[in-house]
Amino acid sequence: MTALPSLWPLAGIAIVVAGFAVRANPLAVVVAAAFGSGLGAGMAVPEIIAALGKAFHQNRYVSVPWLLLPVIGLMERGGLSEAARALIERTRSATASRILLIYLAFRQITAALGLTQIAGHAQSVRPLLAPMVEAAAVRDDPALDDDGRNKVKAMAAATDNVGIFFGEDIFLAIASILLIKAFLESAGILVEPLQLSVWAIPTALAAFAAHGFRLWRMGRRP
Amino acid sequence: MIGLPQLYALTGLVFAGWALATLLDRGHGARLRGSAFWALIALEFLAGDSFSDFHNGLIVLALVGLALAGAPGKGHPATSSDAQRAASLAIHGNRLFLPALIVPSVALAGTFLFPRLAGLVDPKQVTLISLGLGAIIAVATLLVWLRPPAGAAVQEGRRLAEGVGWAMILPQLLASLGMIFGLAGVGEIVGALAPLAIPDGSRLAAVLAFTGGMAIFTMLMGNAFAAFPVMMGGIGLPILVVGMGGDPVVIGAVGMLAGFCGTLLSPMAANFNIVPAALLNLPDRYAVIRAQWPTAVVLWLFNTVLIWGFAFR
Repeated sequence: MTALPSLWPLAGIAIVVAGFAVRANPLAVVVAAAFGSGLGAGMAVPEIIAALGKAFHQNRYVSVPWLLLPVIGLMERGGLSEAARALIERTRSATASRILLIYLAFRQITAALGLTQIAGHAQSVRPLLAPMVEAAAVRDDPALDDDGRNKVKAMAAATDNVGIFFGEDIFLAIASILLIKAFLESAGILVEPLQLSVWAIPTALAAFAAHGFRLWRMGRRP
Repeated sequence: MIGLPQLYALTGLVFAGWALATLLDRGHGARLRGSAFWALIALEFLAGDSFSDFHNGLIVLALVGLALAGAPGKGHPATSSDAQRAASLAIHGNRLFLPALIVPSVALAGTFLFPRLAGLVDPKQVTLISLGLGAIIAVATLLVWLRPPAGAAVQEGRRLAEGVGWAMILPQLLASLGMIFGLAGVGEIVGALAPLAIPDGSRLAAVLAFTGGMAIFTMLMGNAFAAFPVMMGGIGLPILVVGMGGDPVVIGAVGMLAGFCGTLLSPMAANFNIVPAALLNLPDRYAVIRAQWPTAVVLWLFNTVLIWGFAFR
């Protein structure tokens, strides 16, 4: 058995866990964790700052989708959320739980076809889905308080996540499938993306069943 | 060729617009700090290439410092009143839904068309370029159709950006932390420790250690992609595949999905869990995680059973 490596670089992980547990500002937690792991690995402070700067610079693409905020803001200015609410108030059969069930299926199927960018928290949940389910929930239960409304809106965001996570891996060319293929290839095991994506189907069906059941129950509670 | 540089320039200009609008907003409680926050992000996008790594690092520290001091804060971005929105709805009706289709349609068209137009668009960045192009077309369409006052695109974007607040830079900062963890060798250490948690010869314990390790390490890193090589290299390949003769296809594919269950539980996955809570103005930062944890736990169990039952036939 080989000797254990030094555990000090794990300091950053301990800081992350403690930081989120006490609900410290996540930005401060992340910077503290970067310094914790960096110092633990024997890096000097200027070295850590430079590594942080380099990584932040390289990861700019993560922030590019904020480009959509002006689009969504302009649509809201024109009354998009009000239009979504009006539509739902007219359509009594569209309950919060049915809307979310349909959205879950839509998100899983489109993600399985590789269309992950056509919906999302900024693109669809904030301007359309959340106002719709909120309007439906309030229409069906006029006594619903703020807490109840927030729970329904959080469920809208959760449904988007579940839909994309457990739909996208059925698509052959998604990053996670390519990562698995590349990792196995580096270990001398050749697999086709299709073999991998087929094994995403059982969990996709289970996700629709499990989350769908929770949505259905949400609709049955008074 | 259109690629990331042009897209970054566009993003930088959007942030610069918010910096200027905040500076001019006299009703803003933290006007200078808020303006500096957006301006530093704009600087990073527009000119970050010409700075050293160390100077970019100082910009990161300054951004975090400003955020702790209350940036970006909330001002009074001009927007329409409830009455104006109702009037607009009365005029335009359900046609208001049509602009919401522009960004998805352009994303769809770009995904299929751009790879055929050799040399026009960087083939590795088709998705992001389509997103940027969709944003430009949608803003132009909305400005022409609804004729809002000048500057509305900037003000409406700022209204949403202030709503999200400092969480705007959290996903990018978390991705950076993942790289620091990589430099510090966190993955190798976890990969060396993980096999020690497994009693010899127990298949169920080994599968549990693998799927549990995927979920927990994904929670810590905020990203299943970071956890996969560590857990697959530490447990999946040497113990489940080589040691116990498991099918690498099932173990790899379903193991990744067990990691996704961890993503649903982690505040480190800010894009999916923290940012939407901010976008929807939910008072509880962890509200989305609270809404999805039962689904995540059930699916984690399902994935564990799937590997245990089908990878060793």
